[in-house]
Amino acid sequence: MAPFLSQYIWTWLAYTIAGLVHVALILNLVAVGALVFIWLERKISGRIQDRLGPTRVGGKFGWLQTLADGIKLLSKEDLAPGGADHFLFKIAPYVSFCASIAAFIAIPFAGGEYPWIAQHLNVGVFFVLAVMGLEVFGVILAGYSSASKWSLFGAMREAAQVVSFEVPLGMCVVVPVLIAGSLDLVVIGDSQAGWFTNWIVFHDPFTFIIFWVYCTCATASVNRAPFDLAEAESELVAGFHTEYSGLRWSFFFMAEYGSMFAVGLLASILFLGGWHGPIPVTDFLGIVSENGPFVGYLGQLIGAVNVIGKGVIAVCVMMWIRWTLPRLRIDQVMATGLKYCTPIAAAMFLGATLWQLQMPGKAFFGLIDLPASVYAIGDGGSADKKQPEDAVKPSEEQDQIAQATLAAPKLTRKGL
Amino acid sequence: MDAIYWPSFFFFLFSGLACAFAVAVLLSSNIVRMAFYLVLSLGATAGLMFLAGAEFVGAMQLLIYVGGTLVLLIFGVMLTSQERFVVMKTWAGDWVKAFLAGGALLFILTYAAFSIPEWRGIERAEADAIVAQPSVTPIAMGLLGARTDDPSRSGYLLPFEIVSVHLLVVLIGAAYLARAKRSRSNIEKI
Repeated sequence: MAPFLSQYIWTWLAYTIAGLVHVALILNLVAVGALVFIWLERKISGRIQDRLGPTRVGGKFGWLQTLADGIKLLSKEDLAPGGADHFLFKIAPYVSFCASIAAFIAIPFAGGEYPWIAQHLNVGVFFVLAVMGLEVFGVILAGYSSASKWSLFGAMREAAQVVSFEVPLGMCVVVPVLIAGSLDLVVIGDSQAGWFTNWIVFHDPFTFIIFWVYCTCATASVNRAPFDLAEAESELVAGFHTEYSGLRWSFFFMAEYGSMFAVGLLASILFLGGWHGPIPVTDFLGIVSENGPFVGYLGQLIGAVNVIGKGVIAVCVMMWIRWTLPRLRIDQVMATGLKYCTPIAAAMFLGATLWQLQMPGKAFFGLIDLPASVYAIGDGGSADKKQPEDAVKPSEEQDQIAQATLAAPKLTRKGL
Repeated sequence: MDAIYWPSFFFFLFSGLACAFAVAVLLSSNIVRMAFYLVLSLGATAGLMFLAGAEFVGAMQLLIYVGGTLVLLIFGVMLTSQERFVVMKTWAGDWVKAFLAGGALLFILTYAAFSIPEWRGIERAEADAIVAQPSVTPIAMGLLGARTDDPSRSGYLLPFEIVSVHLLVVLIGAAYLARAKRSRSNIEKI
């Protein structure tokens, strides 16, 4: 966007406008997303518990409910306990919220040659994981500065839980990185182009298992039930945000819903094909950027709808789990993370590595003789994208690196 | 009207933030606030890394220092600090010693930085010509023993292994120190 604008106005103004547009889009995605998700959560929980959920405010489906909640929260008094460390107490919600929002900087919403992404990092996955780990810092600050034992207990539990679940989460994320051969989220998403059989979740049996491990760990690392002991209202009086009121409390909730959406989007990009639908409709219709900028824009828009839809479905599944499963005890939470998820993730990582070693670039569905018609249709639109070997397009840098490696074969052999 | 050069602007912004929060760490007396300022300072340093195109190092900085070490630090503070350790008092002698040590380090670093001709500053055109290269693959290849920039030189496999073994030793040592001890007296329990 900035290079396009800079043809007409000053360069610095173009870059400022582009930056502001990106910031506004991300902020609105998280804030409006939280608005919708809170309403959705109440509707889904109502349906699961055989009641209607919000109906009074805003006519049909009670769609103005969260807006009314927002006005209520805005008008509440901003309280702080007498013994609290006021500066840290007031700043802790912002730390959590900023960490949650910053994860969206590196999440792409459409791929291709001009991906829709605020900042294209070639270590996208790593950045998202690193930034989402910062949320725990705001939680600890909130718990510590509240001068309340409920808050302190909640913060300790949440910190222990998040830190221990980051280990298997990182291991789960490494597997798609291994298969796509890049830490770049755009490359990972584009490597799954074509039919849903190309999605990494169906790549081999190990990735199929590790997808569910990822779901468990992601649920735990964003503190959703059945792992929401840190904010258990019946045991800890809402945990680390016991003492918060009004808007600061709602910042914590916006951070939580933002993180939920972020892990949902990450799951859809890493495992579920990202911006590629289950059926390559855009390829059939020729809506690709090769056929002109407007058509390409339309294709990107369909991709964004795809990835956001998958993320929303992931969030809905998390809500479904929340209202159907009982809460785990803290020792069960830690045992799930350290005794089950970590070893399973490690074993699956090893299995996926061996699969790549034995059958490089071959997906599970490539081994089964599917009816030829399945592939024949797929070849119509995207002949070059169908071969799994071409899934990772070697870029120029990788070529250079390969040449550099070939130039020093002794070193590589010795090193490996 | 092309007066603002954004890379320089953000460099000064991030470096200013890093220095200001580092000073705030020195000046505050509450130990949790110190940790908070340290997080902001290290976060600004991560911003400098991203600005320099070293995205991997920047993300590493966020993950290890901001996400890991600081959480551990605050945990340590919460678990060990009694009333009299939460607020720290610095004596005049400590200030003098700290200024001597820190000032000597600052002098050496500044001298070294400005004695390298490439670091004395470059022209605007040269700065525009520099394009940040992806850094992950060269780092990984270097750690595995092959340098992508200069194949005739060896990589960093040995230092990497030494650091790994060192970290493992630290981990085992920490587990040994933190193991459940047999209670010889009641003093240890307290």
